[in-house]
Amino acid sequence: MSKPLKQIHLAAHFPGVNNTTVWSDPEAGSHIEFSSFAHFARTAERAKFDFLFLAEGLRLREQGGKIYDLDVVGRPDTFTILAALAAVTEHLGLTGTINSTFNEPYEVARQFASLDHLSGGRSAWNVVTSWDAFTGENFRRGGFLPQEERYSRAKEFLATTQELFDSWQGDEILADQASGVFLRDAKAGSFVHTGQHFGIYGQFNVPRSPQGRPVVFQAGDSEEGREFAASSADAIFSRYATLKEGQAFYTDVKNRLAKYGRRQDQLLILPAASFALADTDAEAEELARIVRRQQVSGATAIKHLEFVWNRDLSAYDPEGPLPDIDPDVSDNHISKGRAQVRMYRDPLATAREWRELAEANKWSIRDLVINTGNRQNFIGSPRTIARTINEYVQADASDGFILVPHITPTGLDAFADQVVPLLQEQGVFRTDYEGPTLRHHLGLAHPDDVEDEQRAAS
Amino acid sequence: MSPSSSLHLAVALDGTGWHPASWREPVARPRDLFTAGYWADLVAEAERGLLDFVTLEDGLGLQSSHYGELDGRTDQVRGRLDAVLIASRIAPLTRHIGLVPTVIATHTEPFHISKAIATLDYVSTGRAGLRVQISPRPHEAAHFGRRTFPPLSLAELQTPAGQERLTDLFDEAADHVEVVRRLWDSWEDDAEIRDAATGRFIDRDKLHYIDFEGKHFSVKGPSITPRPPQGQPLVTALGHQTVPYRLIARQADVGYVTPHDAEQARAIVAEIRAEQGAAGRAGELLHVFGDLVVFLDEDPAAAAARRDRLDALAGEPYTSDALVFTGTPAQLADLLGEFQAAGLTGFRLRPAVAGHDLPAITRGLVPELQRRGVFRAAYEADTLRGLLGLARPANRYAAASA
Repeated sequence: MSKPLKQIHLAAHFPGVNNTTVWSDPEAGSHIEFSSFAHFARTAERAKFDFLFLAEGLRLREQGGKIYDLDVVGRPDTFTILAALAAVTEHLGLTGTINSTFNEPYEVARQFASLDHLSGGRSAWNVVTSWDAFTGENFRRGGFLPQEERYSRAKEFLATTQELFDSWQGDEILADQASGVFLRDAKAGSFVHTGQHFGIYGQFNVPRSPQGRPVVFQAGDSEEGREFAASSADAIFSRYATLKEGQAFYTDVKNRLAKYGRRQDQLLILPAASFALADTDAEAEELARIVRRQQVSGATAIKHLEFVWNRDLSAYDPEGPLPDIDPDVSDNHISKGRAQVRMYRDPLATAREWRELAEANKWSIRDLVINTGNRQNFIGSPRTIARTINEYVQADASDGFILVPHITPTGLDAFADQVVPLLQEQGVFRTDYEGPTLRHHLGLAHPDDVEDEQRAAS
Repeated sequence: MSPSSSLHLAVALDGTGWHPASWREPVARPRDLFTAGYWADLVAEAERGLLDFVTLEDGLGLQSSHYGELDGRTDQVRGRLDAVLIASRIAPLTRHIGLVPTVIATHTEPFHISKAIATLDYVSTGRAGLRVQISPRPHEAAHFGRRTFPPLSLAELQTPAGQERLTDLFDEAADHVEVVRRLWDSWEDDAEIRDAATGRFIDRDKLHYIDFEGKHFSVKGPSITPRPPQGQPLVTALGHQTVPYRLIARQADVGYVTPHDAEQARAIVAEIRAEQGAAGRAGELLHVFGDLVVFLDEDPAAAAARRDRLDALAGEPYTSDALVFTGTPAQLADLLGEFQAAGLTGFRLRPAVAGHDLPAITRGLVPELQRRGVFRAAYEADTLRGLLGLARPANRYAAASA
């Protein structure tokens, strides 16, 4: 018997501060004006997407001691923009990346619970963690957190916010005008948390929100990150959008759930994916090629090489060969505030591999970066892209994708109009929202129901 | 410089209204307090009345009838949503009215507050402000676990030790606002250049490190959010005595004060103007608004009876830091005129019952003020600063590097 068809989950990542985003295209609009966010969110909702996703960075990136100026720079505050988007959408989930290092659990819990109330149950939190003193220079705490403690703090941070969300049962507000009883329980919201990172107590002042708790996303890929997700997250924002890598990651993470007493459908795996969509496959290939060259200018290629070499390479010609000198492997990184730096764990090996690749293919620096960098994950006609996405999901490479267009704010329009109807025709994507909350869209139970289920099972 | 244009009017929104029994009025909608629709309706009403702005109260602990601790009461509204998020949720639904949420400087990060209010300014296309508040409350400090504050009462705050504590918290709030303001200026207006020829999205020479170093925190900058539409969104603060007046004089665009008669109003305004001069801002427009709690009815006896009825429900007479006005819109207009003559430039009215007294302001008081020629007949500016006659400030860093 064949497996029943899986339903695909789709989300939209607002394009932003990275070189995927092509700002130089004449169609590219503002990355800050609310109208851009509203257009993007309405398109995602028109296409019945599960949610909109916002990334975050709490300090402007630097390279060689100077603010990085080749990509889009600047973004709005996550909570504030999501609350405003709740006003121009009805169903779309609103997922924000919020750092657990440079915030306090009480405040973040208040903000997410408030967002959940104000959106009628559509909030989600992508929990990230940071430890670097560079970002810390913008905050009271400073760069205090040893790297090895970042997951322990993140886990405790998340657990603490869950305690705050759970400090209200949901039936405390009686508001009976006749009897004069507003609160059923004077102790509503009581909490005490004593741990390694937080020692807090009192009464939480936001009543239980429609989703009980916001949906929790996690984005780390390390061993600890995978365990953290398996134990505590509702979805993983993964970076494995190819079939084989996706399947390996999927199997690995889903198999970790059992030891935390969780079923495989209680954690969704959603890689970020870019795409190049055109009328025909050939046109899409050509579009993909053009976009990649827009994404990687000569200057961008040199800067990208500097992540690995950890040296000033500005004297090199991007159209010329790779540097002969070896990377500087000291800890004093030339690039600050970028996740990419950590991707190259062995810079000497990467440099060696890249030189060999460039020599074998006669690639310039720019060619090398274009060809080894982030190729669009899905390239083709609407039919090809719809088919590929469905194949990946049915083959358990993921449960769906978080799509990152390369243009703001119209980059999702064609996908919504041309690809989504094909997925709907195949019966693998919703034609309408079935419930009001993000938990409904994602097929996740309300936390109270999960607890009932666990109680019944024990 | 003191403004002389017509009167400005704001309304302070807090739960179902400022009277603790307000939630029991039939118009109060207490079960809707945690929905966007409730706040959208109130702000739409305020906008219908052409008010300059609304403020949204907030706090990091449950509401209490005691200043320094929780009271364990269940007969009053308890619980509230984050004010910045309410303001942002409402912004796309309104077009003209200013949105001024409360932020607590004592426990929050100025970096986060700066980008949140800048974003509110983008979302509202130039109608954002903030009302900065401190919290000396021990139970709120316990929610953060990073500092411990000794127990306190309002009386203790009047002692020298209490004043010292307050001064320290207000100094921290002044630093907080300074950081927020510097971050708003940390991008020059034309920093985004999108220069395809050189591949540069921004001109990084137009972004500035703020390098703030203070007693409680240091912040490097620049902001992650570009300079907001108003350049500097509105900064406001409430004060009852010299220490907060100094914060108003140094850092605010609008100060709220609580005189109980015209003579007091004159004295307070004089003190703030003197502090303003001492802070080197004598030439700048700084509004001083009077705060009043209002029970408004066309029949003065009806307003008084309503107040009595609510007091009976609450089990005690309502008292406030602000003057509590009970009467007709015409009587209130007379009083506001007296206060305006004493130097106040506007008013922040606190509706005793939001569902009753807010419409009484917009449909009773506002037409009365319009008849007297002291209030606008239509919104005449696109931004909150514009409504208040405040110019869009030059960028401090652009001026320095020019």
